Amino acid sequence: MTLLAPTGSGRPPPAPPAARSGRRGLLPYLLLLPGAAWLFVFFGVPLAQLAAASLYDPSGSLATGYAMTWAFSNYPDVVQAYWPQFLRSFGYAGLALVLALLLGYPLAYAIAQKAGRWKNLLLVCVVAPMFTSFLVRTLAWKTILSDNGALVGLLRDVHLLAPDGRLLATPFAVVLGLTYNFLPFLVLPLYASLERLDPRLLEAATDLYASGAQAFRRVTLPLSMPGLVAGTLLFFIPASGDYINAELLGTPNEYMIGNVIDSAFLVRLDYPQGAALSFLLMAAILAVVFGYLRRAGTEEVL
Amino acid sequence: MRISRWFADRWVMIVALLVLGYLALPILVVAALSFNRPSSRLSYDFNEFTLDNWRQPCATSDMCDAVVRSVQIGFLVTVVATVLGTLMAFALVRHRFRGRSGINVLIFLPMATPELVMGTSLLALFVSAGVPQGFWTIVIAHVMFCVSFVVVTVKARLAGMDRRLEEAAMDLYASEWQTFRLITLPLVLPGIVAAALLAFSLSFDDFIITNFNAGTTVTFPMYVWGAAQRGIPPQVNVVGTAMFAVALLLVGLSSLRTRARFGLGSDS
Amino acid sequence: MRMAPETPAGDLRLANLTKRFGVFTAVDDLSLTIGQGSFFALLGASGCGKTTTLRTIAGLEEPTSGQVLLGDREITRLRPYKRPVNTVFQSYALFPHLNIFENVAFGLRRRGIRSVDDEVTRMLSLVQLDGYGNRRPAQLSGGQQQRVALARALINRPQVLLLDEPLGALDLKLRRQMQIELKRIQTEVGITFVHVTHDQEEAMTMADTVAVMNAGRIEQLGAPADIYELPATAFVANFLGQSNLLAGEATGASGGDVAVTAHGARFAVPASRSRAEHGPVHLGVRPEKLILVGSADQVPAGHQHVTGVVTDASYVGVSTQYLLRTGWGTELSVFAANSGTSARVAVGSEAVAYWDPQHAFLLPRDAADTDRTSPVLDEPVGASS
Repeated sequence: MTLLAPTGSGRPPPAPPAARSGRRGLLPYLLLLPGAAWLFVFFGVPLAQLAAASLYDPSGSLATGYAMTWAFSNYPDVVQAYWPQFLRSFGYAGLALVLALLLGYPLAYAIAQKAGRWKNLLLVCVVAPMFTSFLVRTLAWKTILSDNGALVGLLRDVHLLAPDGRLLATPFAVVLGLTYNFLPFLVLPLYASLERLDPRLLEAATDLYASGAQAFRRVTLPLSMPGLVAGTLLFFIPASGDYINAELLGTPNEYMIGNVIDSAFLVRLDYPQGAALSFLLMAAILAVVFGYLRRAGTEEVL
Repeated sequence: MRISRWFADRWVMIVALLVLGYLALPILVVAALSFNRPSSRLSYDFNEFTLDNWRQPCATSDMCDAVVRSVQIGFLVTVVATVLGTLMAFALVRHRFRGRSGINVLIFLPMATPELVMGTSLLALFVSAGVPQGFWTIVIAHVMFCVSFVVVTVKARLAGMDRRLEEAAMDLYASEWQTFRLITLPLVLPGIVAAALLAFSLSFDDFIITNFNAGTTVTFPMYVWGAAQRGIPPQVNVVGTAMFAVALLLVGLSSLRTRARFGLGSDS
Repeated sequence: MRMAPETPAGDLRLANLTKRFGVFTAVDDLSLTIGQGSFFALLGASGCGKTTTLRTIAGLEEPTSGQVLLGDREITRLRPYKRPVNTVFQSYALFPHLNIFENVAFGLRRRGIRSVDDEVTRMLSLVQLDGYGNRRPAQLSGGQQQRVALARALINRPQVLLLDEPLGALDLKLRRQMQIELKRIQTEVGITFVHVTHDQEEAMTMADTVAVMNAGRIEQLGAPADIYELPATAFVANFLGQSNLLAGEATGASGGDVAVTAHGARFAVPASRSRAEHGPVHLGVRPEKLILVGSADQVPAGHQHVTGVVTDASYVGVSTQYLLRTGWGTELSVFAANSGTSARVAVGSEAVAYWDPQHAFLLPRDAADTDRTSPVLDEPVGASS
């Protein structure tokens, strides 16, 4: 249910000029202090700690302790060992994103522009999946895609799937799960943008000889860009770092980088390697995000 | 001709409804499975209708303990994160001060960082500081990632509020404190409540960050994760369905309340 | 604290009031006295500083320098809730979470008054909203909300009531109706009203005294008719209604008249209606004071005239508005009442516009300034007022 947040709700009304600010010099800092301190100590400091851990001597262990040896070689080592999982993470997340755009854009558009008095109800339907547990929902896909389930049976009957073909434990299942789980994160900001779109603009475009498709490409799409950019990021960031779908709906052949990091920290207890992977993941995501924002030309979304 | 025209006008809505179906499907399955008597521990298929799971939701007591623990954690996290985040939102909307952009970055970053990175980095911190992991480290971690969402939610409500209402109150003989208590707070309250619900649901449902910082403490998502390997008791679907019903009820009630408060459905 | 609004207020005085926002000067060394019990209008375009002036009186804005005095009492830096002054806000600012009764009772309750029922009921009936107490603001129409805002302020019996564009959000018909209503209520309660508006007709209909503001200063102050009949500056002449201002040179007064040369012709204006007697001037005549005839023979004795060609005629019901292009290219506005006593003039025909010198006026002019005949358009000019 995290998604309404970044787009906020509407613009503030024109504020009257700020009155008397002088007498409250310290107050804002007092208001900010507890929250900012919390974020600094439990978000900022740990990131630094993670950076440090990624340079620990890889031959140490949790029992014997780690020595800081500025072991930059950890990075090439983990890339060499786990580049397929890295590629898979971004490949699956990218594929899921394309699917989510194809499904999410018409949905957001329909709710924003066509739903009329059903708007709020449909919005609730978009958010509704998040009312129940992420893991429980993902497990439900296991039932839907199961070899004995109706869906597989149907697909086998119409020969879309070989008689021994499966859906579960395939890349398809993982991508489907990712698309499903993060779709609302894409739809809500997109909806917020499209909702502000004045339908008269489309009428004006058609009046000025634009076909339906042209009106979409020249008017609707550019005007929904802020929502599209925000939604894409909100979708892509968690999807590429996810490992629950790969674990529950896939096999080790579908493992993403998250699965590797999880086991590095919790099973193999190899902290330097886990930290280096975490850091690489964040760097890769940031690189993708900023590259994308630069191309989209809307850096102010941040 | 007629039919193609009809379809051209409505295809967007048809696609939208199909997508909504896709979104709703797993919930329906969860609800159905909550009435299922599974054929074996590892089976995910519908076998036989029963009300047993609903009659005895705590048949597997580990699961109920986990749910109770998740509720406790969620409650604590909600209180702390809502207070911290609301204070920050007020500072950001109502005051001009130096270092504002730095604070904005500090609030934005946790929302843009993969949970995996936050979870592992906290783990690295707790381990290197020798802090034993458990209930309290989960609370700390959850408050950390909930605060930003509270700030953003309350900020939106606060920024959308007409400053003239507060000026009008002061003009009508209300002191600063009375203005806050009688005007500002009641009008921002829906935003604060929404933020609190958001924080609770984020905390209750979090798996990734919890997984790295729970030690041996088991929350509901941790329990489900562990059980997924051994076989899921059908009561998990009872919890899932009940959560859904409660959330839906809350949404329904709040929309009724808004209608009642502001006349015919028009919010302020 | 408890106020004693019943004590005689005395005049509201602004002394050398200045308010700057950064480099922008919203109010520029403004001094003004508003008599007790008067209905005073501050008129000006957006950004002229009228709303800032009002907010300073309300205490919502602290002036950069200068004083606000109420009678003998200085209230410049008093917090808004300690002033016997109430405001009807633009867009009303009714509390959306309180019902109408509680909105109106708000001020009384804050001042610790327990039994408010009678007062509120009486007030709601004054603004003709009996029985609306239990509704929420969102359930009321714009005009009703406006009246609640008025009741909410008036119930406190302030010594001064400030109205910030109170009718701006209403449609034309309702606005006219509320203007009359407001005027009636002001007469009834006898409180000093300070009314900010950009609508010149509204200001003239309602106020005893109008101050025309421009760029943080007062251009002219006086009774509506006086300002209209004898504007003090070219800005006022074209902000309050419309004027034909011809650029000319005044050559001094003789025998009660000031002689003016403009575009090669000689005119005279009574000295009593001249604000300059030498040098560059604007000779001004209101469009409705011009009378259109076919030829110079028809101009009565003692009147003055210019000749031109009619380039446009707009029929607007009560009058026909003509444009008359003079020999030197300026288009004068002429309004002819459709009273049935004069014939219509065809577009393209030559015509003569004449006027009684008693209706002309003379204003000082910047040497670089030329003829001005179009009204000042009331468009936002950037910064909010």
